[in-house]
Amino acid sequence: MMRLVQSFLIAAVTALILPLAGYAQGPLRIEITDGVIEPLPYAVPDFVPASPAAAEYGKSLARVVASDLSGTGLFREIPASAHVSTVSDFGAPVQFADWKTINAQALITGAVSLSGDRLTVQFRVYDVFSGAEIGSGLQFAGTTDGWRRMAHKVADTVYARLTGESAYFDSRVVFVSETGPKNDRAKRLAIMDYDGANVQYLTDSTALVLAPRFSPSGDRVLYTSYETGFPRIYVMDVGRAQRKVLDTQEGSMSFAPRFSPDGNTVVFSQAQGGNTDIYALNLASGQRIRLTNAPSIETAPSFSPDGSQIVFESDRSGGQQLYIMPASGGEARRISSGAGRYGTPVWSPRGDLIAFTKQNKGRFHIGVMRTDGTGERLLTASFLDEGPTWAPNGRVIMFTRESQGADGRATLYSVDVSGRNLKPVSTPDGASDPAWSPLQR
Amino acid sequence: MKASVWLMGLAVAGMLAACSKNDAFEDVNNVDLNNQTAGAVAGTAGDPTSPVYFQQAVGDRVFFLVDQSTLNDDARTTLDAQASWLLQNTDYVATIEGHADEQGTREYNVALGERRANAAREYLISRGVAGNRLKIVSYGKERPVEICSVESCYAKNRRAVTVLAAGLTG
Repeated sequence: MMRLVQSFLIAAVTALILPLAGYAQGPLRIEITDGVIEPLPYAVPDFVPASPAAAEYGKSLARVVASDLSGTGLFREIPASAHVSTVSDFGAPVQFADWKTINAQALITGAVSLSGDRLTVQFRVYDVFSGAEIGSGLQFAGTTDGWRRMAHKVADTVYARLTGESAYFDSRVVFVSETGPKNDRAKRLAIMDYDGANVQYLTDSTALVLAPRFSPSGDRVLYTSYETGFPRIYVMDVGRAQRKVLDTQEGSMSFAPRFSPDGNTVVFSQAQGGNTDIYALNLASGQRIRLTNAPSIETAPSFSPDGSQIVFESDRSGGQQLYIMPASGGEARRISSGAGRYGTPVWSPRGDLIAFTKQNKGRFHIGVMRTDGTGERLLTASFLDEGPTWAPNGRVIMFTRESQGADGRATLYSVDVSGRNLKPVSTPDGASDPAWSPLQR
Repeated sequence: MKASVWLMGLAVAGMLAACSKNDAFEDVNNVDLNNQTAGAVAGTAGDPTSPVYFQQAVGDRVFFLVDQSTLNDDARTTLDAQASWLLQNTDYVATIEGHADEQGTREYNVALGERRANAAREYLISRGVAGNRLKIVSYGKERPVEICSVESCYAKNRRAVTVLAAGLTG
């Protein structure tokens, strides 16, 4: 009854809805809540080119789709070398028997045509064992320089149809690119596709820059720069690479900025006279409100997705711990309670979890807990992991891992919120402080 | 000007360039300190009024325990000597740079470095140095002087460094 697919999933922790032949149509579906141990096998043959000129795009598109899907750890590609049939006509009936033979559970077929610098991509997703299409065919069109985004959009659609959740492939990451030794490190702001492709630099390395953060619409980036010699917050228009200093208080140090979910407010830390507190700046009115007022260090504020609350870190109890307060300030409640120190909290875009950096017994961890502080799970452990950022769908976390010693180097890593699929993100140089964009439109 | 030169607190000439956008220092941006080239500290160790004397003989930095910004006896002794020097050499202003070791998260370390720099500044003020001669900045864990990942290096990175610049005119 539960056909082959079941053997690829952990029955105990994953539910699997499978269509049965003759029954009402139900989708091939994998449930990703608790992480998948055995990924679902799929095939994605080269997209069928409408002309010889489109053939390279047909190959490349299929490769990026496969890289996206397999990169999640939820899906496993059956390589072309194992295929027993080819797809040479996108419109022709699929020979499901040929894909069953190699145990492909899902099949993605596509076609691509090229007209001038304009690409048109069509694709379909099939449940091989029921012989049914999942969803209906879709078409994307755009210029050739955006071909990778089109592949990401195909993969986003496939992911959404097979998991029932929104995806994150057509997204970008802004980060700090690092070169040079530890005691002479040059840092500059950079932006790339989520998978490390298309790196562009947004600043030069003359001034130290820290911790960029995307606006909710992805068009602006907040970051901290020492370009005046003192840390100040800047907001950059990513498309035009123009930036201006934020109207924080002159003569004080300001850092750790983050947008509110509506993009109208920036929360940040300001240090003055040996004390760091959290402030909110209304971008339209310029009004600045002090949200915390304690002699301890309050920093790393992050809004809840509904904008009503802020999670932040404070050492008011002695060491760094996590607290939640109303977005307008006021009484805060401590949510972290385990051993060690907790910092850099970031509210999940789904609203259900808070990711954090934990320091305990000389090790660093990226972890998650529920917003009431229960259910703490550590996802990583190393000499130095810090600064989590959420994928737009709240399923994956990217962070900085710095290696130990004189040759220490910072690298970006990603990990599933389940703790599975830990892997480095390829960047040209050292990289730190990633911030994941929302899904692009 | 290469940022690392002045960030390491070694170059007074470099500090001038670095501070060129800070209003309190505007009057002094063009002062040429003994024709020193960037990267070297002005003056000679034999000249007790020179920045190099301040750095080497007086001692330009104090150190802190993990997560602490409390000044210990050694730190206060050094800062006493810095205060005496600053009181005698009124041509100079200073920026106190606060630093942390790498064992901590980035934002917290910026805040912690500010605490340390401020502790040093408050102490110098308590010893009679005018507050308007003393600025602070924190680099968090961004500018270590020692690069190994053990306590012997960390101890030297948890510091507040008093970096001189030619001072208030008139």
